[in-house]
Amino acid sequence: MELIRLKSKEQDAEMDIVTFNKKKFRFSDWFAEKVIKAVAFLSIAVVVLIFVFVFREAFPIFKMDKKEVVATEVLVQESYGGAETESGSVKVADNQVANSNIIHGQEEKPSSTLLSNTWMPVSDNPRYGMWPLFLGTLKVTLIALLFAAPLSILAAIYTSMFAKPRIREIIKPVIELLAGFPSVVIGFFALMVMATVFQDIFGYASRLNGFVGGIAMGLAAIPIIYTLTEDALTAVPKTFTEASLGLGASRRQTAFYVVLPAAVPGIFAAVVLGIGRIFGETMIALMATGNAAMISMNPFDSVRTLSATIGAEMAEVVFGDTHYNVLFLIGSLLFIFTFALNALAEFYFKNMVIRRYQSKK
Amino acid sequence: MDRNVKDTIVEGITGVSVLLIIFIIVSILAVTIVGGWPNLNWTFLSEFPKDGMTKGGIFPAIVGTAVMTIIMAVAAVPFGVITAIYLAEYASEKSVIAKTIRFAVKTLAVVPSIIFGLFGLGFFIGFIGKNMDALLNGGELKWGQPNMLWASFTMALLTLPVVIVSVEEAIRTIPREMREASLALGATKWQTIKSVVLPGSVSGILTGTILAVSRGAGEVAPILFTGAAYFLSDLPKSLSDQFMSLGYHIYIMSTQSSNVDATLPIQFATTLVLLLLTFSLNAVAVTLRFKIRKRAK
Amino acid sequence: MNDIKVKVKDLSLRYGTNLALKNISMDIPEKMVTAFIGPSGCGKSTFLRTLNRMNDLIDNVTIEGEVLIDNINIYDKNIDVVNLRKKVGMIFQKSNPFAKSVYDNIAFGPRINGISQKSILDEIVEHSLKQAAIWDEVKDRLFNSALSLSGGQQQRICIARSLAVNPEIILMDEPASALDPISTAKIEELIHELKKQYTIIIVTHNMQQAARTSDLTALFYMGDLVEMNRTEVIFSNPAKKQTEDYISGRFG
Repeated sequence: MELIRLKSKEQDAEMDIVTFNKKKFRFSDWFAEKVIKAVAFLSIAVVVLIFVFVFREAFPIFKMDKKEVVATEVLVQESYGGAETESGSVKVADNQVANSNIIHGQEEKPSSTLLSNTWMPVSDNPRYGMWPLFLGTLKVTLIALLFAAPLSILAAIYTSMFAKPRIREIIKPVIELLAGFPSVVIGFFALMVMATVFQDIFGYASRLNGFVGGIAMGLAAIPIIYTLTEDALTAVPKTFTEASLGLGASRRQTAFYVVLPAAVPGIFAAVVLGIGRIFGETMIALMATGNAAMISMNPFDSVRTLSATIGAEMAEVVFGDTHYNVLFLIGSLLFIFTFALNALAEFYFKNMVIRRYQSKK
Repeated sequence: MDRNVKDTIVEGITGVSVLLIIFIIVSILAVTIVGGWPNLNWTFLSEFPKDGMTKGGIFPAIVGTAVMTIIMAVAAVPFGVITAIYLAEYASEKSVIAKTIRFAVKTLAVVPSIIFGLFGLGFFIGFIGKNMDALLNGGELKWGQPNMLWASFTMALLTLPVVIVSVEEAIRTIPREMREASLALGATKWQTIKSVVLPGSVSGILTGTILAVSRGAGEVAPILFTGAAYFLSDLPKSLSDQFMSLGYHIYIMSTQSSNVDATLPIQFATTLVLLLLTFSLNAVAVTLRFKIRKRAK
Repeated sequence: MNDIKVKVKDLSLRYGTNLALKNISMDIPEKMVTAFIGPSGCGKSTFLRTLNRMNDLIDNVTIEGEVLIDNINIYDKNIDVVNLRKKVGMIFQKSNPFAKSVYDNIAFGPRINGISQKSILDEIVEHSLKQAAIWDEVKDRLFNSALSLSGGQQQRICIARSLAVNPEIILMDEPASALDPISTAKIEELIHELKKQYTIIIVTHNMQQAARTSDLTALFYMGDLVEMNRTEVIFSNPAKKQTEDYISGRFG
């Protein structure tokens, strides 16, 4: 077969000048790369901007504090006084506010009340004591975690170790469905159903409380802890499992003595991220915890979490007001905390996982 | 104790945990369906709320949610896709920049949604909006207050990681041979991305978009004070208007309504609509993702 | 022997610290078929991929030495790799047509070169498919997906696709290893036709294939070039014991 060059003139012109001995500048490639790099930086920029803007709005509080050293000292004494009569109820806190008014006869610097025991942002003498909010958040997080962590980890163990492949294919997506439920739907369910059912069972006084809220927020954390734990368990090299089974250990023994210990860092990371989810959950907290800011250790008392406080009060505050600043301060704390949790899960636990498998190879 | 008995008990406990979680999921679905179904009809979907929101439908909330998520997707998807291209095609795994971007994306994914709300208030409304008003409207308040645009942008930031993760996953399933085929023909990197990588990632981009829309439609905390409205007698006409949203409607009706019991049917039906919406979107996304993963194998 | 098209001088390649190619030097003549043989992992494919700088895509690869194509060192820092690859086409072990129609696969190269006029594209597509001896089989389904074709047809589509950018050298990395004997025979026949116009370098696992298709054969072992000579010499009267052992199937 004789090959005839059928190529057209245009093609010849285009292709015959192809030489590779000099780098050619291609604008579209250069431009695309610049744009893509610039846009990719946006994610970093957003995180930085969140830091900057959330903190910026919180900052004025600290400025006031520095100018009012005297007022702060007065307050320190006064909070000790308040602590003696502290019994955890809102009414006592009310008295405390009244007392302080009488004693000093002047309005305190609101910012200096941050560490007091009373959260009363809307009153003649507003007080922004965050302890009840911290305690409430801690209480709810603990309840949610005690409920969600064991349940999700056990379910993950079943899914990755005991379930037949066909059943696993069903279980996993079904449980992950829960991640797709909007938190407002879970909150609604907690408000309408769980609150009533739990009250019937436990017979406590306030229908909405830390317990109901905690369990409901646990629901939101289940898919996170479950999925990440399952991933961690599945990531344990098959050789571990086979070696153990080969030595005559049962699946249960293999799961608990071989696979689970190897996956511990991954499971910790899962739980840590679960905590982050619970800690920052707003809608469920707003709808199911009762939202009373009080200091109490009773899980069946109503609580008010940090994030719910922002959610409930931000819409009503005056732009730039102290209350506004304090809510941003709470936001800053939430942000720092979840940022730290994420960093912990990301760097510390991930590295542990890598080291483990490497050393055992 | 006999080993076999122990095995059975322990396996049983883990199995029960699975069943308990599934039971809860089914309960939420069942309660919502049973409570909401009787009131779910065309009038409910197509009418405005009436009589102080104790009667009527949720039409403006549906429209508000739809428009907000569309604007959100328009803002989030291009940025997400481009970031994913950077991570998958340009960044070397070891580069500090790529690691930092990855960490930033993960951070965005775990930052509580209420923080996005605060950011939207502080940045979009308080900073950008206020400055826009000062420059464009001679200080008259238009953009420096909660509205549809800022709420959508706030939500776009929240859903950005969802898009990035889905698209990057899809891009990575495109076999190296395809890129090599293109490069071996003398295509440049960008030509390869444009004509081989992106067309191959369409389903991943779609998955990411759907998941983002589903997430955005369900989230309430970020829009609490960046644009959602309690009640509006008209549909929003401009981006600077506030809007009603399904999720916010549920929250308001179940906690702030003057007569919670009277509006129960509305609450349940609204919850059902929101759940059906996010649920079906997720189902589509999961199916698509399953197909992508299958291709990767 | 024809003129030298590719001249390799003291080429070494490392993956990280692992030396994968050791001081390779060779001359590859124009418009002939040169075959690289050797046991798997011997570096023959890696070497092939240095000739169009495909290894650039892999992190951690360092290359020393020179590869001169038409007397230009392609590892010079001023080299335009994109244009280099237009001159040096490549066919892969696994046929890799794009998930596009047959027509769009072939037109891919011309299009990225800015040719958009339909009549010209039609001409190039037809010509390339004819050159790859697959025109008759696909001319009625140019607009069907290339993935709907059989493995052997897909590989010839890939060859046609590569011809459409008018290369001078075609690198083939085990192009028939995944194909049945009939498809393999078609590819070999095609190689025979193509060498009239192109310089062909083929990596193969299959010694019969090397013997049938190539004019020159080079044996690689553990990153070394053991021996290179005219194919009939390599297969009948090798200079080295190692070559003889490999040819006779004593290792590899």
